[in-house]
Amino acid sequence: MDSKITFTVNGQSRTVATDPQRPLLDVLREDLQLTGAKYGCGEGQCRACTVLLNGKAVASCMTPVAEADKQTIVTIEGLASGDKLHPVQEAFLAEGAFQCGYCTPGMILGTVGLLNELPNPSEEDILSRMQRHLCRCCHYQKLLKAIRRAAGQTAQSAAPK
Amino acid sequence: MTRDFTTDEALSPDYEETAERVDYSFGLKRRSFVQILSAGLLIAVSAPALAQRRGGRGGGGTRSIAARIHLGKDGTITVMTGKVEGGQGARAELSQAAAEELRVPLSQIQLVMADTSLVPDDGITAGSGSTPRTVPAVRQGAAAARDLLLDFACKRWNVDRNAVQLKDGKVTDAAGQRTLTYADLAASDDASKALEQPIPSDVTLTPVKEWKVFGHPASRPNGRDIVTGAHKYPSDITRPGMLYGKVLRAPSYGAKLTSVDLGPAKAMKDVVAVQDGQFVGVAAPTAFLAEQARAAIAKTAKWDLSPHPASKDLFDYLKQHAHDYPSASPFADELAKAKHALRQSYHVAYVQHAPLEPRAAVAEWTDGKLTVWTGTQNPFGCRSDLMRAFHLSEDHVRVIVPDFGGGFGGKHTGEVAEEAARLAQAASRPVSLRWTREEEFTWAYFRPAALIEAEASLDDKGTLTSWHFININSGGSAVDTPYRSGKTRCQFLRSETPLRQGSYRVLAAAANNFARESFMDELAAAAGTDPLDFRLAHLENPRLRAVLETAASRFNWKERASKKSPNTGVGLACGTEKGSYVAACVEVGISQGNITVRRVCEVFECGAILNPDNLLSQVQGAIIMGLGPALREEMRFENGEMLNASFRKYHVPRFQDVPALDIHLLNRPDLASAGAGETPIVVIAPAIANAVFHATGFRVRAMPIEVPKL
Repeated sequence: MDSKITFTVNGQSRTVATDPQRPLLDVLREDLQLTGAKYGCGEGQCRACTVLLNGKAVASCMTPVAEADKQTIVTIEGLASGDKLHPVQEAFLAEGAFQCGYCTPGMILGTVGLLNELPNPSEEDILSRMQRHLCRCCHYQKLLKAIRRAAGQTAQSAAPK
Repeated sequence: MTRDFTTDEALSPDYEETAERVDYSFGLKRRSFVQILSAGLLIAVSAPALAQRRGGRGGGGTRSIAARIHLGKDGTITVMTGKVEGGQGARAELSQAAAEELRVPLSQIQLVMADTSLVPDDGITAGSGSTPRTVPAVRQGAAAARDLLLDFACKRWNVDRNAVQLKDGKVTDAAGQRTLTYADLAASDDASKALEQPIPSDVTLTPVKEWKVFGHPASRPNGRDIVTGAHKYPSDITRPGMLYGKVLRAPSYGAKLTSVDLGPAKAMKDVVAVQDGQFVGVAAPTAFLAEQARAAIAKTAKWDLSPHPASKDLFDYLKQHAHDYPSASPFADELAKAKHALRQSYHVAYVQHAPLEPRAAVAEWTDGKLTVWTGTQNPFGCRSDLMRAFHLSEDHVRVIVPDFGGGFGGKHTGEVAEEAARLAQAASRPVSLRWTREEEFTWAYFRPAALIEAEASLDDKGTLTSWHFININSGGSAVDTPYRSGKTRCQFLRSETPLRQGSYRVLAAAANNFARESFMDELAAAAGTDPLDFRLAHLENPRLRAVLETAASRFNWKERASKKSPNTGVGLACGTEKGSYVAACVEVGISQGNITVRRVCEVFECGAILNPDNLLSQVQGAIIMGLGPALREEMRFENGEMLNASFRKYHVPRFQDVPALDIHLLNRPDLASAGAGETPIVVIAPAIANAVFHATGFRVRAMPIEVPKL
């Protein structure tokens, strides 16, 4: 049976009437045309589907849409402020941290989620957290450069002035 | 079919660039050469069909300048190519090619890729072919347009060519008073007619020393759309009224559908279900509902199963079914009188490309014409497949390939486009079909497994006197040895293929280099020589010597190879393929049977470097991707079922696998540029295997590499 589910996506309140068991990923992509989050495996093993749920990076392919009811979601489409890219997006663009780019939205939101929790992550924090994200082009070297660059900026702005 | 390289027969690229095709033919009786291997998958199995080229290599015939370049009266410059972008960097490189010859800033080039109704057929995007073939084709078209602009200015001002200058897209006269641009050329009816002329074959290309765009870093032109999520991948395409499809797959390889009841699916609201021979699929307003419909009819399906070899018996099976297996060693005389004669077998498992974006297509029918958006490396081949499957003429099929999420040689085919089109036909609405990860790991084609047998002899000076090398099943690329090896015979033998197989980043060159470079280490040990010295003593090719010597020197090979440290080993390997040259030295650490690749020093040379940033990315990516099949990746199957069809069970490289990398790109501006997306992978597995021996004394003869827990 369909349920009415209301959540905030990229700052806008949205309501969908749908099967509550549908993956959040499908609802974002099919009902709201937010196709930035990608399907890669359907079981949380690649994290191409990563979105922020209340600021925390989650695998939207594994999240039933019911869990998003009355919650706040940010997808890659909502990360920039108008034309101004989010610092993590800036870092990825500056480092050229993509080949095919299919993992990029998930990588960027995974990094934002990491920095929300740990504004000054160690190399170990980065590796252990990002280990769940797959890049099949195996562009990990430049991804790490971009993540470190973004982390450096966050740490700087978080430091006491 | 046997390929024997002791003769002059050149390696046909076809085997490398093809894949077993899913040969759908809807609505009509199937042709007799098509063998039904499984429901929904009709695979052409005859060798001629395998070798049949689809879509052509492109680049042939004369083309007008206008077919390659469109000049807008508003100053826009649109360049058209049949090549695709799957992350390898063709969009940036081909844009560079046009900008260089047109003498315009890179940002001024709009590149239209792989829309069969707009672009010339540049052939399949495979075999590192874009750099040596399409880059020159684009440059010629652009240089011809540039010459037209210069002619136009000279004519209008009534001056000589040497009295004008072209820079930043503007021709200026000697006095710097008057200027003309490509927009002016486009606005002149007379002058723009010349764009319809064929591209002259003798057009002058810009020499390397005058390059302003090539040789400098060029970032991906649509990079901003990648980081904002604005870029639409094939699986992101949305059309009005679009449904989402699912296809019923067989429970195992070779199973044949005998009956199915579509009733349970059709009973669901807004669900369309269709059966066409062995093809059964559904479409629904959501993928979730389509999956429920698929699952409901799957319960009613009856199948005839067929026996299928298991992966644990794979290498016996390949040997038993090898075609024209030689009855005796061809160089028995050399083996008999040799100081040392060695014979070893090497195993390379089936692996899957696992591009992060699975096969996906959106199909839409309008007035009997079909448009498909899909991720394929072979847009014109995919169009041919659709024409054949639906009995359509060329002008009734349009294939559009948006920049897609990874190919690695795994997307040479168009089966998902055919499936989406059949569903769209049944639904009378556009349908989006995206394979699941499990489908990718089961029904996509695989890099062929290899059984390689190598035999060689050494005289008392440690010199190779004979070399016999047989690749069974995986292919002929790099089967030949680059070393001077006395009497030499290198063969590729086909076998029966347990899984659907096809290309993969360098295809067989990975297996052949693994076996050859591992075997060379064994021979070096038998000769009592350092592996580097042994190779150099048998190696003449100056380009291969250069990368090997550079890598050894950067790695400090001599000192490190002579030292023994606990649980640590070093190894090296070199090879050449597709006109480029590579060598690597690696350091591994071993603990309890676990191998950690700590450091890789790789030197790569592919002629004149066009885009140094992208080249570095390709080399980095190839090295790390290569760690997967070297250390862990292996498709396991039994009774026709895949046992590890998910990322949980099939372990591809991740962040924590990344070793310290020292990559050195040898630039050779004096040599033609070769493609670079593939060859850097070939030395990784053998260098690791040789390092494992250095650390443990255990000889590795299989990929993935396993060492006993000591």
